[in-house]
Amino acid sequence: MTKNLRIKTGKAIDETYRISFRFNGKTYYGFKGDTLSSALLANDVHLVGRSFKYHRPRGIMTAGSEEPNAIVQLHDKSARTEPNVRATEVEIYEGLEASSQNCWPSVNFDIGGINNFLSPLLPAGFYYKTFMWPASFWEKYEYFIRKSAGLGKSPTEADPDLYEHKYIHCDVLIIGSGISGIMAAKIAAKNGFKTLLVEEKPNLGGSTIYQNSDYFKINNQNSNSWLEKEINEIKKLKNLEIKTRTSVAAFHGYNFLLARENLTDHLPIEQRKDKTRHKLLKIRAKKVISATGSIERPMVFDNNDRPGILLSSAIKRYADFFGVACGEKNVLFTNNDSAYETATSLIQKGINIEAIIDNREQVDSKLVYEVEKNNIKIFKGYTVTDTFGYKRINRISIKQLSKDGQKVVGSRINLSCDCLGVSGGWTPAVHLFTQSGGKLKFRDEDQVFIPNTYPSDQLSIGSCNGDFTLDEILKNTPKSLKEFLDIKNTEYESLEIISSTNKSKRNIWLLPSDKVLGKTKSFVDYQNDATAKDIKLALREGFRSIEHVKRYTTTGMGTDQGKLGNMHALGIISETAGAKMGELGTTTFRPPYTPLTFGTIVGRNVGEYFDIFRKTPIHSWHEENKAEFENVGQWKRAWYYPKENENMHQAVQRESKAARESAGILDASTLGKIDIQGTDASEFLNRVYTNAWSKLAIGKCRYGLMLNEDGMVYDDGVTTRLGENHYIMTTTTGGAANVMGKLEDYLQTEWPELDVYLTSVTDHFATVSVCGPNSKKIVSEVIPDLDFSDESFPHMSFKNAKIGKINCRVMRISFTGEHSYEINIQANYGKSVWEKCMEAGKDYNITPYGTETMHLLRAEKGFIIVGQDTDATMTPIDLQMDWIVSKKKYDFIGKRSLYRSDTIREDRKQLVGLLTEDPNEVLEEGAQIVADVNKSPIEMLGHITSSYYSPNLKKSIALGVVRGGKNMMGHKLIIPMEKRNINVTVADPVFLDKENKRLNA
Amino acid sequence: MFIINCPFCGEREQSEFKAGGEAHILRPKQPTELSDDEWAEYLFMRKNIKGVQFERWNHAHGCRKWFNMVRDTSNDEIKAVYKMGEKPPLE
Repeated sequence: MTKNLRIKTGKAIDETYRISFRFNGKTYYGFKGDTLSSALLANDVHLVGRSFKYHRPRGIMTAGSEEPNAIVQLHDKSARTEPNVRATEVEIYEGLEASSQNCWPSVNFDIGGINNFLSPLLPAGFYYKTFMWPASFWEKYEYFIRKSAGLGKSPTEADPDLYEHKYIHCDVLIIGSGISGIMAAKIAAKNGFKTLLVEEKPNLGGSTIYQNSDYFKINNQNSNSWLEKEINEIKKLKNLEIKTRTSVAAFHGYNFLLARENLTDHLPIEQRKDKTRHKLLKIRAKKVISATGSIERPMVFDNNDRPGILLSSAIKRYADFFGVACGEKNVLFTNNDSAYETATSLIQKGINIEAIIDNREQVDSKLVYEVEKNNIKIFKGYTVTDTFGYKRINRISIKQLSKDGQKVVGSRINLSCDCLGVSGGWTPAVHLFTQSGGKLKFRDEDQVFIPNTYPSDQLSIGSCNGDFTLDEILKNTPKSLKEFLDIKNTEYESLEIISSTNKSKRNIWLLPSDKVLGKTKSFVDYQNDATAKDIKLALREGFRSIEHVKRYTTTGMGTDQGKLGNMHALGIISETAGAKMGELGTTTFRPPYTPLTFGTIVGRNVGEYFDIFRKTPIHSWHEENKAEFENVGQWKRAWYYPKENENMHQAVQRESKAARESAGILDASTLGKIDIQGTDASEFLNRVYTNAWSKLAIGKCRYGLMLNEDGMVYDDGVTTRLGENHYIMTTTTGGAANVMGKLEDYLQTEWPELDVYLTSVTDHFATVSVCGPNSKKIVSEVIPDLDFSDESFPHMSFKNAKIGKINCRVMRISFTGEHSYEINIQANYGKSVWEKCMEAGKDYNITPYGTETMHLLRAEKGFIIVGQDTDATMTPIDLQMDWIVSKKKYDFIGKRSLYRSDTIREDRKQLVGLLTEDPNEVLEEGAQIVADVNKSPIEMLGHITSSYYSPNLKKSIALGVVRGGKNMMGHKLIIPMEKRNINVTVADPVFLDKENKRLNA
Repeated sequence: MFIINCPFCGEREQSEFKAGGEAHILRPKQPTELSDDEWAEYLFMRKNIKGVQFERWNHAHGCRKWFNMVRDTSNDEIKAVYKMGEKPPLE
């Protein structure tokens, strides 16, 4: 039977609402308002996990998001399962299932626990040092290391929850709703600022909201009642929006912050349906006020990690807020006054305190006197030297500290206990401040880093700014807010304050022990099992930079990012290396402050919204006719149209043959189209293309090649002269947006004197391309009024026409090498024109073909595809396209680069055709091309860029780039494959109809 | 993520803009008269300063206009924005 450690005074708890939940398969009960950790502690469950490296039993240590140990898996094996969740942040609900991580077979009996006894063999850098030799064995080691480590299990099913992103703009953002945050919210909102207050916990008020004691009073009321009234007042303010369960993950430059609002995690699963789980808030604030509070420090002594050892402030929160006693025989261990606040709370509730161990020899503080009055034994000038109890602390040893605090003296005293509360002072939560680019300064008197210079319009107030006592907070907060918000007065000017804590502190980073350091386990980073010994070892091995020590020892690299232990690591380094803390600096705090789920990050951009895609106006026809689609840029393009049981190869062979023998039809709507107008349009084209444009007659089309300034091929396409000062340019499908951007760049920045206007019209036109020997018959049936005679409408020319009443542009241009026409018509008529062509082509076996057939047909003709046969290292000369480079033009983009020392090398990779010895052997695209397979290492000459079986030539054809290929016509080369070598011969890249008879037929 | 004051549209989120590298590098008017080294200087050499840098930016998802910006690359402070062809407001 488990003990019940619930006391009847928890502020947050609704004792009329009982909730059952399961932890490690066992059913427990808690109340509404409990967190998983408070409910477990109420059931006397401290042991919740095993440590990462040594598999030591670990218990709940904190009551907040800084928790390093109580990391659990929720709803294991369901679609909603989530690893690495802090039990201190999980609000319980009916049906909650949680389980321990990092232990097998169970948290009570963990096989990995053997690592604890092997720990002398597992020092810092153990994995680096041990598993690096021989290097080839790493894969084998890794399997076992990963199995024995591992933090939780990722879900294996799709996430059933909804996530959203939301933009928020405000005048003032306040992070944290402790007493200083509440004061700031009231002042800001009352002075007309549009204010947003965010709080990571479900309730407002920070730790003051349960500071119910005679020793802390504001205007003659206990501080908690005073604050409660303030909270009730701010809830009525119109200018103020309050978001609880909202944790700021990142603070970027220009006051841009990301926060995660948690909307359903506290609800029973069945109530979450159709609700948004998390919202990622993208907040742009004119001013930011950080009131993020501070995190209590643990202390570093031998075996400081046993279940039952908690932060003293956590014990107070569990008692005051959740009505839970963490133990029946409590001992507190401190170096400052905070533990006495915990003590007064426990005394008030009748919870037994065995003793208080205080590092300080003399303490002059009202609180301490009050505690002494209750006959509690205080060991002043003592330290804990060791703790005992495997799965739960049952005893501690203490000894007196020497005057300098470096040694222990006198004899050992043993005290039995079941809970040890530790208070090593406070560390301001400056994580978000430093993320934003803020610089810290070190305050020597209490050994803390506090904000120094602000990189944006922001302010830190309260304990995150180093004001730890109620007195300091109440006095400093209004003062700095007045200046920051530029206001004259606040209502907090003349508060009567009783604040009973004294600021004295005896800070010792690594507490001395009667054992040598090598025999101790004094943990600095609990989650990653880094000890003081490891840090000293790293320093002995020569690591000096704090960032290097961090990576070598893994201190601060867990999911908690070392919120508890980083300061001690710094302190130990500083003492050992003899460097000043302030000069050492801190490690970098990186977003997110607490982990985010992937769902939160992606929001609604999942499934079909993951990436947008574009459809042509003829898309539905392709779908109806069973096309397979291929992604080209953002477009979905018809790839091939399988008939019956055809595979891709069979479909493409059929389509290719039909296109050359009779007629084929292609949806070319995706090609980029740029409308170019202006009196300097011809001059502009002269400058952007390699060939000459001034003499192109109106109504004629010309193929153009565009280079980058470095001389490499960038894009290609046909441009048509529609009028004296009017052209329409086509670009590759994938390159359209970039070409448009590049042309705009030159027009706006290099040639502003040119009178040229560019408009992207890609989406405005549908393009139907009909090719093949019967194309003329088909198109003239669709457009009967047009003269299609070769004299009137030769290859590379254009005509305006009408289909019914609708204007269209018809170009006689070809990418297949066949006689062909492209009809460009207003997009919404595209499908109907396509259907008309299909109807007209019925008797000619008109065959729709997709991109794969298009690629095959153009390869037969040796036409390049930019991006497939080129890769930003190919000049037109490399492509054997010298014919398109004007010798006469003075300048065009990339011209000068074509005769740089590198681009004129003879042995550059050049585009050639390749024919296999066996005509049925189809090469693999991307395969390497070599001359001599016996050479070692084999010299790579190039690679295959395009390869197909040509049904029209009845043989395999390929294009490839080969070093010095231009002068290797007829040479035999080898394509080495995994199991054999394929012999090929270098050939002309134009495999079919070199004389262009078919184009003009 | 910073906020850029586009000289044509006003303040907009950085995500609407595209960076275009160092500003005030003029394309030579007579490239053919340059030596390989001179051409390479124009083509490849960029400063990439830690500190105050003159940059080209394009309001790619807005007015599509190119403009210049003075930015401190060490803290992303934008010191000035100005139109193409205008003199830099500070040295």
